[in-house]
Amino acid sequence: MNNSQQISLKERFEKQFEEHKKNLYKHDTRKVAEYRSQGYDAFRRLGFPTRKLEDWKNTDLKKALETDYKQEFELTHEEVNVEDLFECKVHDFDTEISSLLNGWYVYTDSPLKKLPDGTIMGSLAKAMKEYPDLVDQYYGEAFRLEQNGFTAMNTAFAQDGVFIYVPDNVKVKRPIQLINIINKNENIFIQNRNLVVIGKNAELTMVHCDDSVNHNISFTNSLTEAVIGENAGLDHYKLQNLNNNSSLINSSFFSLEKNSRLKANAITLNGGLIRNNIHVSLNGENGAADVYGVFLLDREQHVDNQVFIDHRMPNCYSNELFKGILDEKSTGVFNGHIMVRKDAQITNAYQNNKNLLLTDEAKMNAKPFLEIYADDVKCSHGATVGQLDKEAMFYLKSRGIDADKARTLLMYAFAAEVIEKISIEPLKVRIDDMVKRRLRGELSVCDRCVLHCSEPEKEIEFDIDLSKI
Amino acid sequence: MLLNIKNLHVEIDGKEIISGLNLGINKGEIHAIMGPNGTGKSTLAYAIAGREGYEVTKGEIIYKGENILNWEPDKRANEGIFLGFQYPVEIPGVSMTNFMRTAINAQREYREQGSISGKDFLARMEEKKKLVEIHTKLTSRSVNEGFSGGEKKKNEIFQMAMLEPTMAVLDETDSGLDIDALKIVANGVNLIKNEENAFLIITHYQRLLDYIVPDFVHVLYDGKIVKSGGKKLAEQLEEQGYEWIKEEFERVS
Ligand SMILES: Nc1ncnc2c1ncn2[C@@H]1O[C@H](COP(=O)(O)OP(=O)(O)O)[C@@H](O)[C@H]1O
Ligand SMILES: [Mg+2]
Repeated sequence: MNNSQQISLKERFEKQFEEHKKNLYKHDTRKVAEYRSQGYDAFRRLGFPTRKLEDWKNTDLKKALETDYKQEFELTHEEVNVEDLFECKVHDFDTEISSLLNGWYVYTDSPLKKLPDGTIMGSLAKAMKEYPDLVDQYYGEAFRLEQNGFTAMNTAFAQDGVFIYVPDNVKVKRPIQLINIINKNENIFIQNRNLVVIGKNAELTMVHCDDSVNHNISFTNSLTEAVIGENAGLDHYKLQNLNNNSSLINSSFFSLEKNSRLKANAITLNGGLIRNNIHVSLNGENGAADVYGVFLLDREQHVDNQVFIDHRMPNCYSNELFKGILDEKSTGVFNGHIMVRKDAQITNAYQNNKNLLLTDEAKMNAKPFLEIYADDVKCSHGATVGQLDKEAMFYLKSRGIDADKARTLLMYAFAAEVIEKISIEPLKVRIDDMVKRRLRGELSVCDRCVLHCSEPEKEIEFDIDLSKI
Repeated sequence: MLLNIKNLHVEIDGKEIISGLNLGINKGEIHAIMGPNGTGKSTLAYAIAGREGYEVTKGEIIYKGENILNWEPDKRANEGIFLGFQYPVEIPGVSMTNFMRTAINAQREYREQGSISGKDFLARMEEKKKLVEIHTKLTSRSVNEGFSGGEKKKNEIFQMAMLEPTMAVLDETDSGLDIDALKIVANGVNLIKNEENAFLIITHYQRLLDYIVPDFVHVLYDGKIVKSGGKKLAEQLEEQGYEWIKEEFERVS
């Protein structure tokens, strides 16, 4: 309950670092090793964030950090068939699957795969051995940009994760689905590191799922660095469906080079405590970033979305839209920080956060923050917190729809604005269905990949016919 | 009698808006209610539909022989009461198709019929769209969102046609319509009307009554029906305005 226990978790990690040093540095390239040492020093200095820090004011980690967690410093599962553990394939949604089990890459045939188009996909630890130059060229940007307790800790402690490299001019056909599975009978602390590099003129779609398999307590400190090359594009979907005993710190760093595009969409269906740290750097001219999110919370769930958009160069565009529905005693945070640097003339930056509170006890804390140093800038921001529209409720009821169904329809309609933005049709249909189920209270943590937990109503024929209207 | 309103008093925020209104409607009849702005026409319509905040402090509304004052709006709808809104509500994100299918299925569930099949639903949509001359696709459109004034009103009649009510209350469906749209709306009503249902048409002008011929015309003033008559009364109101009604009313009270 007090500070000393937090310090003690920190101390315990310091002890473990010394104890497992050999393992920790085992796969490192020279540069990664350097970062690891720096990360460790920074972690010792910074520790876990507390509510005294401005950007942690509304998220209390105290309870989550009281637990005694164990991290796996060695790969304990040499070969696991993920499909045995977790059914991932979705019949109408063909993806390339890569999974992490408790933070370690899981493989059936090879730890590092080369797809026919030249794309490399697999374990980061393995990539450090086989493609050290590639890793060194891109690794560590996140740590340079944002030194906080969790990026530092991840840099010090992460040993594995997913590595994806898309060569120049390659448009990866099948989306890559990255699945983080937590399955441990002890309280586990997971720190994985993902590195995604997209070459010039290349394109990639990623679907990133955070799922828990059981109801044990866990803490994940996950960090993803994605570098989007000149004229390249990344569609990044994040789906979170975790148990109420889980804490997840999820940091994503996106760097956009000249003329590149990012579409990020974070969909939170369930989770105990989730912190999404999204950092977008527009490093070249004409970059475009759409950053969307929707979160559906109930019970005592807490989601904290921190979005930082850094306009460093002229002629870039960013658009944020985050929508939250908070039921029961759930709490949410949205902090959107837009930075427009001196050189970033002709910037267009938009931000919008809308929230629905379904009870008096649910709370939402929204704070936009614009920091503008250029003069030719178009910026807008808005945040609303409201209840379900009474007029609309009555309109629906006056057509025979009962209060429960009317509420669900309106909540769904509210979330739909974000779901509409999903450009992959089968994925949209899935997510759409999951959101509906979630709103009807039918979706919780399941023993399969969240994409698989629900089957959209089979009305395909019906849907086709509708287009004639 | 299909709908029998007896000595109805309705308050909004503690202020009495309807004060002792009586109105009886039989199956197969069309009644028109006219009256100046702010006299409680919409309040009456909402009270019949069961809107929250429209508190009935006295009197009763008897529908098909039952006092419906304790019924939720959705129950009233499923029992066949329909309200065409003066200001239809925009609901972004809810498609017209989804809305209508949910409504039809709610009605069918209430009446212990199975859900409507996709095919039947589509056929019904098509048929009723023709009735009110809606030519655009409705699948991709959210309820009333981005609809013009005329489209919104046509959409009310479309919904009415889909739900096939027994007692339809149309609140100023004619206001803001051009003559073509007005004819379409009137035509819709005339096609739906039969011996088993009834209409209560609230209107500010008599021009709608050129196309929908009412059996009775009532004048609502200050929360009460102060005059009733046939179609002639509507014509008289059109020619002479409401002043004489006001004067007559003031003289009496
Ligand atoms: N929601 C409301 N809150 C308070 N007063 C209202 C509300 N709605 C209507 N009123 C009042 O009730 C009276 C009747 O309104 P209404 O029924 O809309 O009249 P009409 O439809 O005949 O123009 C008006 O004086 C109006 O100001
Ligand atoms: Mg009115």
